[in-house]
Formats: sequence, structure tokens, C-alpha cells
Amino acid sequence: MLSKRIIPCLDVRDGKLTKGVRFKGNVDIGDPVETAAQYYRDGADEIVFYDITASHEKRDIMIETVRKVAEKIFIPFSVGGGIRTFEDMRQVLLAGAEKVSVNSAAIRNPGIISEGAEAFGSQCIVLGMDVKKVQVTDRIPSGYEMVIDGGRTSTGIDALEWAKRAEALGAGEICLNSIDADGTKDGYELTLNRLISSNVNIPVIASGGAGTPEHIFDVLRDDSADAALIASMTHFGSYTIKEIKTYLHERGVKVRMTW
Amino acid sequence: MIAIIDYNAGNLTSVKRAMDRLGRKSVITDDCSSIARAERIIFPGVGAAGRAMTDLKKKGLDRALIEAFNEKKPILGICLGTQIIMERSEENDTECLGIIRGKVKRFAVESSGLKVPHMGWNSVMLRRKHPLFQGVEPDSEFYFVHSYYPLPDDPDRVLGETDYIARFASALSAGNLAAMQFHPEKSGEPGLKILDNFCKWDGRDYVE
Repeated sequence: MLSKRIIPCLDVRDGKLTKGVRFKGNVDIGDPVETAAQYYRDGADEIVFYDITASHEKRDIMIETVRKVAEKIFIPFSVGGGIRTFEDMRQVLLAGAEKVSVNSAAIRNPGIISEGAEAFGSQCIVLGMDVKKVQVTDRIPSGYEMVIDGGRTSTGIDALEWAKRAEALGAGEICLNSIDADGTKDGYELTLNRLISSNVNIPVIASGGAGTPEHIFDVLRDDSADAALIASMTHFGSYTIKEIKTYLHERGVKVRMTW
Repeated sequence: MIAIIDYNAGNLTSVKRAMDRLGRKSVITDDCSSIARAERIIFPGVGAAGRAMTDLKKKGLDRALIEAFNEKKPILGICLGTQIIMERSEENDTECLGIIRGKVKRFAVESSGLKVPHMGWNSVMLRRKHPLFQGVEPDSEFYFVHSYYPLPDDPDRVLGETDYIARFASALSAGNLAAMQFHPEKSGEPGLKILDNFCKWDGRDYVE
């Protein structure tokens, strides 16, 4: 039986690790390469890097980080944030990332999903979704709307319809981030995760809101998600990956316990 | 020298990096004479069977591989490489190398409700001992990404099995050839152990 994945997310800016709350007030907390290597040793199943470098000119720093990470860890990792073009995708994958995640760029140009899937395979292309709960309208029948640019811009696009469309275009996986839950440590947005996960046939990574192992249990227990993204709960030492996995394992969620 | 076969099938550098980490000399190559000279061969791959076979044939790599197999060189198939060594794949209805008899089937998605591709970590239940799995903890898990799986005619070719939708052969062996449906280069320390074992393997299918 397939294990549920526990995936630490490392926010990187100008080659340094940060973690923001609600996309504001980021503080440096370390070196992404060393942190990734530590997570590898600690039993992370995969690692997500999210590049929040503001300037496109500084992207080479991230590519260099990706290259160093690939020499140190032998589990899959993905890179997202600031991926705007096919060439951006190619560079990240060539530097050693297993997957590349597109978010705002895919909303502006959905063709980048199919282009990437065609060239590298669907398994390489992760659709990052930033989603906000809104009133149900004719335009947003699911009550969840896609937002972009780190949550600043509403798009008028229904999240469920977008997830299905991206799957059809060739996305191999969805990283589903609730803007409302992100950074709250109050738990994942379970309704949203269940809605998307039950309507697509590609894996869904729940993102935003994890504060305790129980929150992770809640989203993984009934297949609302295939994997859980975590950040602050392990970055600041409140929990280890092993503690989280032991908690899940003892409650009947299949996770990888040997590494 | 270990030859990592290059046939435009996805990112081969991750296998190379794993070899570097293990301190093993390897080269990514699509040159038949380098493959003929190599001490052992890794046949990786991500992508689709049809295109892969076309590219292999174009470079004569299909014959180079079969020759290496007949010469009893240790060969390790990974993911698509493991499927290509079978006779035939349902993917693009492709005639493959036929080193192991049997076919490659697609996961039946409708019946189970489970997602395809099979992506993530899963266990491999070994059917017997094998030099490549020596020192690997039995409850280790390995990283899979695939929508098709090998189905050998001869059950003796099945080295390990994995449960997903159906129970399928996730590790195969045929003398000097071993083949994994999962990615040992992305499966953490247990995966590196398999690769390290392969680098030391004499190509004989036994465990003392």
C-alpha cells in the first residue's frame, strides 16, 4: 500500500531560508541546503522549495541552490515560485529537481502546463494552487477562488474547475494551498482538500495551516490528501518528522517509518 | 566503469549523482562501443515506451543492451528501463527488447478509485534473497512514479512485489540482469544501498 507523504516546505529568498506567516514578515532561519540535508536524514519523504526571490535576475542563485541540494539528498524534491517560462522549468529540472511547480504563470498561460508535461512528463509538473474561500456565485460555483501573486490578486477563476482543467492539460500533481489557513496553525482546510482530491485523479498535497500532528492526521486519514506539506511546525523544532510519522503510524495512517 | 545508458529518456543525472555519492565511476553515454567496454550497465529512464524504443533503435542501443546481457554483464534496469526489457508494452503498443518474457500493462484505474500514476513510497516484498537487496531492511520503502508495470510470464523472474491497485512485480531478476520499477536513486539510503550492491555485484543470481 502506498504511504502518505510528509513534505517539509522550505521558503527560499536570495539563497536563504525563510518562513513567512500569511506571506508577510519573513525572517531568515537558515541555509536551505543544510536544512534539506537534515530533513533527508530525519525521514522527510520529499522536499518542496519555494523560491520567493523577488527579482527575476537573481534566479541563478536558486539554480545554484538546487544543484547543491541534488548532490546531498536522494529523495525527490520540487522547486516552485517564480517559474514563468518553459526555460525556467528546464533549468530547475536540469539542475537536479525531480519536479517543478507552476502557479501564477499557469493561470496566465495554461499552455505552460502542457508544454512542460509534453517535454518532461506529467510526473515532473506540479500545479501550485493558492485558493481563497469566497461566496458561491455563478462564476465561482465551488465557493473557492484561485488567487495569484502570493495571494494579492484575485482571478475570478473557480478553483475546482481550474484543478480539473490543469489535470487535463497534463499536471501530474497538485499542491493545494489554502490562503485562509496558511500560517494560522489551526489545521488544513479540510473541505477544500476533500473537494479537490475527490474530483481529480492526480495526487493532492495539502498545504497551509498545519500546527500539530493531529492536523496532519485529519487531512490524511480519509484520503482528503495524498501528502501533507509542513513548514513552521518542524522548522522551529516543535516537532520532528519522526514524531509526526509515529503519531500517524500509531493511528493507522500508512507512512514510511524506515529510512 | 559503469555505463548509464542515455536515450533521451528523462533526467539521467540523478542516477549519476547517486553514483558520485557512492564514489563509483560512471558515465552517461549513448555510444555502443562505450557500452561494450563498460564493466556494468545501468538502464534508467523516465518517459513513454514508444518514443524510448524508437530512440534506442536509432542509436543501436537495443542491440548493445542485448549483447551486454548475453555477455553476462551486470545490468540494472530502472523504471522505464525495467519495462523496456520486457517483450511488449501496452504503452503506445510498443515492441520492446524481450530480454524477459512477458508484457507491460497499464494500471486499471476505473476499478479501484486509486490514483494513476502510482506516485510515492511503497514497500517491496521480496520473494527470495538477492545480492542487490543484501543489507536492505525488509520494511524499507522505495519511491515509485509510474502508470505501467511489468508482468513477466515466468513467476521465477519476480524478485519482489508491491501492492497498488493490483499486486505487481516491482523487482525482477534474470541472471545477470536485475530490474526495479521504483527509483533506487530517489529512495534514500535503502535505494543507495541497492545501487552500491549493484556496483559490487558479480552478476550471479544467488546469495551465499
